[in-house]
Amino acid sequence: MAVIHDVMPPFLLFQPASLAETQKLLEQQGQDGWILAGGLDSFDWLKDRIRKPKAVIDLSGVQELKGVRSTSDGIEIGAMTTLTEVANHPLVQQKYRLLADAAEAVASPQIRNQATIGGNVSQDARCWYYRAGWPCYRAGGNICYADTPDGRNREHAILHAQRCVAVNPSDTAPALIALDARFVLQTANGERVISAEDYFVGPDIDITRLNILRPGDLLSSIRIPATWAGAQFYFEKIRDRQVWDFPLLNVASAITLTGDRIERIRIAVNAVAARPLRLASVERLVTGKPRSLTTGELAGNLAVKGAVPLQFNSYKIPLMRNLVKRAIAGGQEATWTSYSGQ
Amino acid sequence: MDVLQWAIDPRGHSVPIHIAWFLIQVAFVSAVAFLIVHAAYIRFFAGEKQWSGTTAPEVVAAIPERVPRHSLVARTFHWLMAASMLTLLFTAFLPKVGVEFDWVTLHWIAGTVLTASVLFHIIHASFWLDFWAIWPDKTDIVDAIRRLRRFFGQAVPAPRRFAKYPLENKGFHGAIIAAGLSVIATGVFMMFRVRTIFFTRNPYLFSDGTWGWMYVLHGLAGVGLIALVVIHIYFGIRPEKRPITKSMIFGWMSRDFVLKEHDPTRWVVTPVSVPPSTREPESLRNVS
Repeated sequence: MAVIHDVMPPFLLFQPASLAETQKLLEQQGQDGWILAGGLDSFDWLKDRIRKPKAVIDLSGVQELKGVRSTSDGIEIGAMTTLTEVANHPLVQQKYRLLADAAEAVASPQIRNQATIGGNVSQDARCWYYRAGWPCYRAGGNICYADTPDGRNREHAILHAQRCVAVNPSDTAPALIALDARFVLQTANGERVISAEDYFVGPDIDITRLNILRPGDLLSSIRIPATWAGAQFYFEKIRDRQVWDFPLLNVASAITLTGDRIERIRIAVNAVAARPLRLASVERLVTGKPRSLTTGELAGNLAVKGAVPLQFNSYKIPLMRNLVKRAIAGGQEATWTSYSGQ
Repeated sequence: MDVLQWAIDPRGHSVPIHIAWFLIQVAFVSAVAFLIVHAAYIRFFAGEKQWSGTTAPEVVAAIPERVPRHSLVARTFHWLMAASMLTLLFTAFLPKVGVEFDWVTLHWIAGTVLTASVLFHIIHASFWLDFWAIWPDKTDIVDAIRRLRRFFGQAVPAPRRFAKYPLENKGFHGAIIAAGLSVIATGVFMMFRVRTIFFTRNPYLFSDGTWGWMYVLHGLAGVGLIALVVIHIYFGIRPEKRPITKSMIFGWMSRDFVLKEHDPTRWVVTPVSVPPSTREPESLRNVS
């Protein structure tokens, strides 16, 4: 059970000044090392004394991990770049507005000033049973307290749940998937570049992690190719409190048109499963079709196929249907539809 | 080093949640160590097997060239069970040693196949096979003591030849029953905790403590099965045991092997499934 304490438990604090030094420390500390980015997720764990790492490696002094850089094929964003910087950067604003919108939708201005994009995509699940330190599947136990007849599961998964029903709470993750971003990892075996989709892990593969990072691994930067620069973007986040909250559901799409027809599209949603979901079947369905309300409705219906609601989150099915519809058709054209029976 | 993993449940009680995963390596290494020691013993120290008693010439003459040992149904069950058991072990333990894949669905499907095949086997063995043939009898015990005493150099009579199954087979079968029924019984209840086509999920069917011990028993029996399966495969491919393995594929044993290791007075041969070319007259059934 989580108990709020005045101070955090003691740990060794390392503040490396370079990427090389960071990697050396991560290698040395292994399982005992805890990576501290903006601290918004970490400090919850530490102050609740649910996670008690022996060593904390604070990345705030590593300049190589900060900033937005233009590359020959798009842009590269350091993992320690704050969400405010990402949202306000001219390159992001001009070419990748989708990411700016997603970053701007995260929490509050104060939090965005401190939170990093690397931390936002790597943050842990917010399921309160898990965050309270209960011995659930995600914590290494053998039960999911949320997926019970009386479990509080309003915010939980409707898709791809397997034993654990927690969701990924990142706002920038679906935008990065829609932009076909590449994540650059520093591992003991060298640099590894993977697609944004492959960075995330569902409970079917590993129930204790939301991403593929192993002890000693580090997400160093995110590369966004020029492929989708200047496309038609759509990002929408639904939350309980507009001023500051995690998503109940969010959607991000990038579309290019030929005439009024959809030539290319990437679309992803988050907070419906333990990993952000790229809706590949929806993309196939709508490619070549006019960007219209009808196409949006088709897409919305297909998107929720296979969704299994829990006791208190069946509202997520019509919500997802509506958001996907709006992401395809455009928010102006697609008004909210009330789906009876859901 | 704790062999069980413990946690504090929401009511503040300390409950077991599962076995410590290093037991996977312990089971595997123990099994490999056993087979290395056994192989070295057979290669360098074991002498020729010696048996007491002789078989009457008329009994010998009545043994067919191919002695039926396992019916097609029994063999099908064995290999179906083997496939499901290997699937269960791989899906259970590979993710724990770093090979990640979507294992839960495969695991409960394989568990269902195993459960169904074991239920079938229990019924089939109880009513259609010689149920007692696989259980140790008094002769087995007496002969096992003789073998042990001879191993330590004591002058006692040689053991008699085996009935249908050697005592080692019977012992292995007993161990598989204990471990297999443990994983099946606990596994059926554990299916209430995941989404399957069989039950409505009910993770509150038992208390956290009871669930925890169930997971512990499932895990202990599971790692036990790692050792048992490794040892079983090892014996299955050993040269002197190959006639037994072949009989589980083709259904029969050669007459020579039967006369060498088995006692026809203890194993009544009934050549019902011998191919037509080698089938013996009906009068040869119940030879003793």
